[in-house]
Amino acid sequence: MSISTLINIKYCSKKLSNIAFSVLIMSILTACNDSNTSHPVAMPEPEPTEYSYQVTITNLTYAQPLSPVTVVLHADDKMWMIGTSASNALEKLAEAGDNTDFIGQDSIITSMSDDDVLMPGLSSSITVSTTDTSATHLSVTTMLVNTNDAFSGLTGLELSNLEVDQENSWNLNVYDAGTEANNEAAGTIPGPADGGIGFDEMRNDVNVVTLHPGVVSQDDGLTSSVLTQAHRFDNPAIKLTITRIK
Amino acid sequence: MKIKSLISTITLVAASTSTMAQDLEITLTNLSQGLYFTPILTAAHTNESSIFSLATAASSELQAMAEGGDISGLVSMLTNANANTNENPASGLLAPAMSTSYMLTNDSTNTHLSLTTMILPSNDGFVGLDSWMIPTEVGTYTIMLNAYDAGTEANDELIIDGGGAPGTAGIPAAPGGDAGSNGSGVTDSETNMMVHIHRGSLGDDDLVAGKSDLDNRVHRWLNPVAKLTVVVK
Repeated sequence: MSISTLINIKYCSKKLSNIAFSVLIMSILTACNDSNTSHPVAMPEPEPTEYSYQVTITNLTYAQPLSPVTVVLHADDKMWMIGTSASNALEKLAEAGDNTDFIGQDSIITSMSDDDVLMPGLSSSITVSTTDTSATHLSVTTMLVNTNDAFSGLTGLELSNLEVDQENSWNLNVYDAGTEANNEAAGTIPGPADGGIGFDEMRNDVNVVTLHPGVVSQDDGLTSSVLTQAHRFDNPAIKLTITRIK
Repeated sequence: MKIKSLISTITLVAASTSTMAQDLEITLTNLSQGLYFTPILTAAHTNESSIFSLATAASSELQAMAEGGDISGLVSMLTNANANTNENPASGLLAPAMSTSYMLTNDSTNTHLSLTTMILPSNDGFVGLDSWMIPTEVGTYTIMLNAYDAGTEANDELIIDGGGAPGTAGIPAAPGGDAGSNGSGVTDSETNMMVHIHRGSLGDDDLVAGKSDLDNRVHRWLNPVAKLTVVVK
């Protein structure tokens, strides 16, 4: 039974006793129609509680712009897992920085994303709010755009432990979606280092999510790479701070 | 009166947990994309014992593990120190992105947890946890693990049959079957002979020549390389 069903039942039983009382005293109200539980008769609709979270991301890399940061709320679930094949939606985000499919997934209850890329050394704050009590978990993700399929983020964070005004911080590592080989070849990297196509639905890599081994670059022995020493990165790549504000 | 005696019982139980054996449910996840882990050794031991220590020369037992994946020497060393051990839970290699779960029950005096497993392909790289104090409080604990260099062998990055024997140069195997050959060798010296954080493999993009037999797109890594989850029961 879902949390919202439970709450509905609670309201209905409260409403019924209230109605019994009204009928007894005033004898004017008709009986509660059991099949219609969506129109409380004697009670005002309770004000829904709003939950609100401020998510701040800082780009800690030297020269890896981050694709528009994406924050989603969902039920108890993970949007990716080490050792598990990436979803097509995640593949598109990790290869092209395109979050359209990611935020369009059926499991996403609400989402907020940045409009622009987040340049190195800069921070961005996103506020995501909901009154839906089934939005119990949060995920945040972004692509390192001067790579084949590197992304970073945090998934399946349980929100019920967060008190209002409580602030939590993480240093995040870089994942490899495992959907595109790290060949660093011209035409395969969507970021400014290449301006390539990004997303290609063909999967020519290990096809499971792992941590990223880092980029090699033409300056460090991969002669066919379009990347330079400037595009190398190390863990952590992002600082994430989440504050519950409501 | 009844409640009071119940509370004192709970207090007694709580106080005694720290001196009782603990059941540890352990999961090791290989976070890397191209590295294999040799037989994993996990041990609960006293504060005085250890499997390895940073900035200290490796024991010959650690060297055998780090160069060839042989944990037998470390196991007898730990057994002599009355440690509780779990050996080879993955029954061989733990492939990239794979996990293995196993149990370890530690005696009350064995308050610290350590773990080692060799990284393939590498000359003497290993994943390590050194003397993590086991919490007495029931719960789930997550520890990210780094790659270390035993400091016992030059990182020539050459695949050489028999290279796993202590003192023999070379990497014994690349289990992914994705390494090259005929490299000239990245280096033939190891000037830091203490256990240290591994600087990572270099690799190159020439699988039939070049300096290294490793592939620079496949066999490099960034820390952390493994995730250890310990559930204290």
